[in-house]
Amino acid sequence: MTDPKITPTTGKTKTESKTESTTGSKAMTGASILWECLEREGVKVVFGYPGGAILPAYDALKHSKIHHVLVRHEQGATHMADGYARASGQVGVAVATSGPGATNMVTGIATAMLDSIPIVCITGQVGSKLIGSDAFQETDITGVTLPITKHNYLVTHASEVARTIREAFYVARSGRPGPVLVDITKDAQQGTCEFDWEAAKPQLPGYRPDLSPAPEEYEQALELIHNSKRPVILAGHGIIVSGAMREVRDFAERAGIPVALTLLGLGAFPASHPLNLGMMGMHGEAWVNHTIQEADLLLAFGMRFDDRVTGNLKNYAPNAKKIHIEIDPAEINKNVKVDVPLVGDLREVLLELLPHVESIDRSEWLDSIDKLKGDSAVRDIQNLPDSGHLYAAHVINDLWHQTRDGNTIVVTDVGQHQMWEAQYYKHEHPRSLITSGGLGTMGFALPAAIGAKVACPEAEVWVVVGDGGFQMTMCELATLVQENLKIHIAIINNGFLGMVRQWQEFFYDRNYAATPLLNPDFAKLAEAYGIRSMTVSTRSAVVPAVEAARLHKGPMLINFKVEQEDTVYPMVAAGAALHDMIRRPSPIVETAED
Amino acid sequence: MLNTFMVYVENKPGVLTRVASLFRRRAFNIDSLTVGRTEKPEVSRMTITVDADRDQARRIEAHLYKLVNVLLVENITHQPAIVRDLALIRVAATHDARSHVLELASVFRARVVDVSPESLTIEITGGEDKIDGLLEVLRPYGILEMVRTGIVAMRRGSKSNGAAATAESTAQGAANDDVSYSV
Repeated sequence: MTDPKITPTTGKTKTESKTESTTGSKAMTGASILWECLEREGVKVVFGYPGGAILPAYDALKHSKIHHVLVRHEQGATHMADGYARASGQVGVAVATSGPGATNMVTGIATAMLDSIPIVCITGQVGSKLIGSDAFQETDITGVTLPITKHNYLVTHASEVARTIREAFYVARSGRPGPVLVDITKDAQQGTCEFDWEAAKPQLPGYRPDLSPAPEEYEQALELIHNSKRPVILAGHGIIVSGAMREVRDFAERAGIPVALTLLGLGAFPASHPLNLGMMGMHGEAWVNHTIQEADLLLAFGMRFDDRVTGNLKNYAPNAKKIHIEIDPAEINKNVKVDVPLVGDLREVLLELLPHVESIDRSEWLDSIDKLKGDSAVRDIQNLPDSGHLYAAHVINDLWHQTRDGNTIVVTDVGQHQMWEAQYYKHEHPRSLITSGGLGTMGFALPAAIGAKVACPEAEVWVVVGDGGFQMTMCELATLVQENLKIHIAIINNGFLGMVRQWQEFFYDRNYAATPLLNPDFAKLAEAYGIRSMTVSTRSAVVPAVEAARLHKGPMLINFKVEQEDTVYPMVAAGAALHDMIRRPSPIVETAED
Repeated sequence: MLNTFMVYVENKPGVLTRVASLFRRRAFNIDSLTVGRTEKPEVSRMTITVDADRDQARRIEAHLYKLVNVLLVENITHQPAIVRDLALIRVAATHDARSHVLELASVFRARVVDVSPESLTIEITGGEDKIDGLLEVLRPYGILEMVRTGIVAMRRGSKSNGAAATAESTAQGAANDDVSYSV
């Protein structure tokens, strides 16, 4: 949010930076210290939008090696920082001005909070003497973001900048990661002080990110594991955060335990691995949910028993003991009462457990799971004739076939297409799927993909997005073009807010209130930005379109016009038991007229 | 049941808001919250009472620890502790009733701190039950105004909790048997 009326600063800010003093520390402005500290934290790129209260920082940016990506809306900046962090594992940084600039970040911050993504948001604030006076573009953003940040700071003096930035990065990336907001007043950016990196060490006496379980808890866990006949590993996002892919695999293979994944866990365990069951939960495969319900032991690895994963808690895995390996003690017994909690970093806990895990033959259990799969295969849309319709599942399946050998990152939005992506794109590697899980933020995909592409320029980045969510943040097409990024956008266009329509179909008597969309011509829209585009409405055209996009030098937008009233199956209705699924009718029933 | 937490926090602006916001955010209702200085200028101490079952109390403790500015949390509900509340009670006491009210106050070892022709103001310190008891017997005379501080609490015995609430020793505090994260 730019403010052209703001009085230019006195010009003192930029020139006085980096004057060497006799002590080895340097006299610098708060603004210069900010960029210096970001560089020292390893930041190469920030996503931001300038404005009055952050102008001193932008003025000092020219002395920094950091690349600034100009976004078109501050929400986009936070999603880009988020996508950057998810793709790279590094802290993403977003910058905005005070007031509306800061409040526009709220959705992106909440998205990062719910999915434990390390981002640092820097906001400008009005001068410290104006705080509380309802000054122009003043918002109490530390108050606003208090419940949706891991921690936040208000910095009112240049001398506090260095320590605060160091603490912000430390808090964001350590323990259970999360967003940290640093609100810096204009005078703190303009003011000058001695800069001494070493002296500005974090001082967080109450912060304990490094917990580990007690020895007897390990023993209790091992006893449960060795005594169980029907165990299942529930693999969550924590595996990727902790970098425990190899350890989880070793554990599953040694103990012969099948692995079910959460949405954010996809990629944490290879889809092609014989012990991989697939995704669990509301739109998980039927055999996965049945397996969980029949298990006698659940091993929850870095997941938090979200309601989309458990269904009704009253009859969730009724015969199973539960072991919960989780870094956040506040997650223990939150939704599901567990028998043995192991609070600590997943990778470290597994390394501790692994030498003691006995190899047990569980072929009987694995065979019974295989039998469950049969029924689902019959109902799978891939095995049914398309009768001239283009189904989203076909698009995703073909996209997967064409891009599976590459270094591909798929970034999805939220809704039906997200669930079809999770079902039909088989993720082999961590960080190859980027999606908003906990908050379910529509509009996430395009900006998050920009962040992912900036983080991983060598990767082939595909945006899979619905026609509804795309229009929430499509202004970032301009950012994509300005940064010259080769990103492919696959709009799964069914002319509806599809997931809401599906709920209306099932639970609101097909009253499609406010879900049909009148869309722009997406191909022309892309053209206006100088982005090449295609429109596809038959199955045979899917693969050629994907290949054309891959061969094209620049970005490409493909408008996939898919079956309008298609439905994601299976589905566990909100509040229903996990095994009580709405299944795809078999054989397929046509739901719409041509 | 009512749980009593002692919470040591960094003495910084906004920390009270963070703690109070946590209870609101997680839908726990604070029964009483007091905050004040400690023997260390950089540390403040809160006494918080909350209605919660055992599991909820565990989670409240874990959530409090997640706040970056919280140094040490202890649930002293089931431990021997000195618990004190202070109340100021203005009770209607005209000429006839005055001696009765004074007698009752002395039975409860309360002090009269203000006198007017129509009323007496009584200061009482003690556990919540004791104060509730005095209020009960004064009610027939007419309680005109009453204010309570909310409780402050300290564990009995020689062990100092304050020693754990420092930058150097919080790691020990975390490993301490009294501070349990799990189960």
